[in-house]
Amino acid sequence: MQERIGVQLQQAQLQKRIKVWEALDLWASLYHRNAIDGERLLEQLGLIGKRNAWFMTLSGGQKQRLFIALALINDPELVFLDELTTGLDPQARRAIWDLVRGIRERGKTVLLTTHLMEEAERLCDRVAIIEHGRIIDIDSPERLVKRHCPERTVVLATDDRSAAERFRAIPRVDEITCSGSQFTIRGSGDDLVTDVIHCLSENRTRVTDFRTILPNLEDVFLKLTGHPIRD
Amino acid sequence: MLRGLWKLTWIEIKIFLREPLGAIGTIGIPVLVFLVAGRMIGRRAALISPAASSFIGVGLPVLASVLIVIGAVLSLVTIISIYREGGILKRLRATPLRPQTILTAHVIVKLLLSAATLVLMVAAGKRYYPVGIHAPLAGFTMALLISTCSILSIGFLIASLVPTARFAQPIGAVIMYPMMAVSGLFAPVESLPLAAQAVAKVLPLTYAVSLLEGIWKGDAWWAHAHDLTALALTFIVCTALSAKVFRWE
Repeated sequence: MQERIGVQLQQAQLQKRIKVWEALDLWASLYHRNAIDGERLLEQLGLIGKRNAWFMTLSGGQKQRLFIALALINDPELVFLDELTTGLDPQARRAIWDLVRGIRERGKTVLLTTHLMEEAERLCDRVAIIEHGRIIDIDSPERLVKRHCPERTVVLATDDRSAAERFRAIPRVDEITCSGSQFTIRGSGDDLVTDVIHCLSENRTRVTDFRTILPNLEDVFLKLTGHPIRD
Repeated sequence: MLRGLWKLTWIEIKIFLREPLGAIGTIGIPVLVFLVAGRMIGRRAALISPAASSFIGVGLPVLASVLIVIGAVLSLVTIISIYREGGILKRLRATPLRPQTILTAHVIVKLLLSAATLVLMVAAGKRYYPVGIHAPLAGFTMALLISTCSILSIGFLIASLVPTARFAQPIGAVIMYPMMAVSGLFAPVESLPLAAQAVAKVLPLTYAVSLLEGIWKGDAWWAHAHDLTALALTFIVCTALSAKVFRWE
């Protein structure tokens, strides 16, 4: 089984004084199947300049990328990536996301565990939400959001005092809050935004700001697990 | 898998030599101490007493060999536990590598380093100690290899079990040093109190010392058949046990 999988673990270490290329060379020698070109892998991961550096001298992001390289060296059919961007800066995170998309596009299966809902939303075809080791729900990110968080919110700004009354007439509006000239309209269903726009244009209401807030995977996660703070 | 074993062994040797105190501490210091002691007492030993002369003739080479082996065992235990604690073993577990291969690679590294130390000591000994080396070197090397493998297998077992790197060195020392005390290295086993003799009988190091001293003095191999059996048994039991209880994390 180990021949066909690649694994990147959270908080793994290597020998302090092993060089980057030696680690790849060693890993390549452990598999019977043909390893892929380590040098190219280092290039893709932006580690080529560090090929002779000791493991202990690498930064967190570089170590993480080296572990990804080791997970891919045997050209696995299934890749496990555990918390791969935790503790990385936004640039490094985006570079690694691109890389994961690349693996996926080459027809490999990637199993990714993450606490970053943004990461799951951007990278995953299917997302399983797990609480205490149990899968609560599994589906594509869009369908998860649609199923669990149908709420829509429209925030707009207008000086028209009478607008609130008209908004209240819109079907499926649950709540309207108003602070100064800013209105927050909460409701559910895909039609809410259209209905609000319609209402505005019908009454020729002058609007100085208009935005919608759509629920995302993070809202789904919070709703399903029911805990606002988790670690 | 062999390819992996050689790669791992070669990389471990390189890593060891990159440690700031690695080569100097393991090879340089023992040879240096040996040389200094040799300069101070070597040539006069025969004049001091026949006992001193006999110690230098037989006891010293065996003592030096055993100390090097014990050092190798302690460092094996420490390295494996550092690898476990650092998650290096955990990472290797997800590859087709087996624990035996990891241990074997480290044993080869230790054997090579011990051999390098001994060769240098023999070279140093020739220069400073009056007793010429009449001992059967090939036979002694063989005996040492057998003893080392057997004692290193105790090291595997400790390495497979110790929970953290912080405990590895002390636990190893607590097991190894008392073993040395009753092994016949410092005083013949027959001269020890009866209780200590009984303990010595069940400890593999005693048989290693008996084998090494015997072969050094020119005994025939068959005279040490029971030493060889005891060492082989130790090796088989410890290796089998450690393969069973080996913990990756």
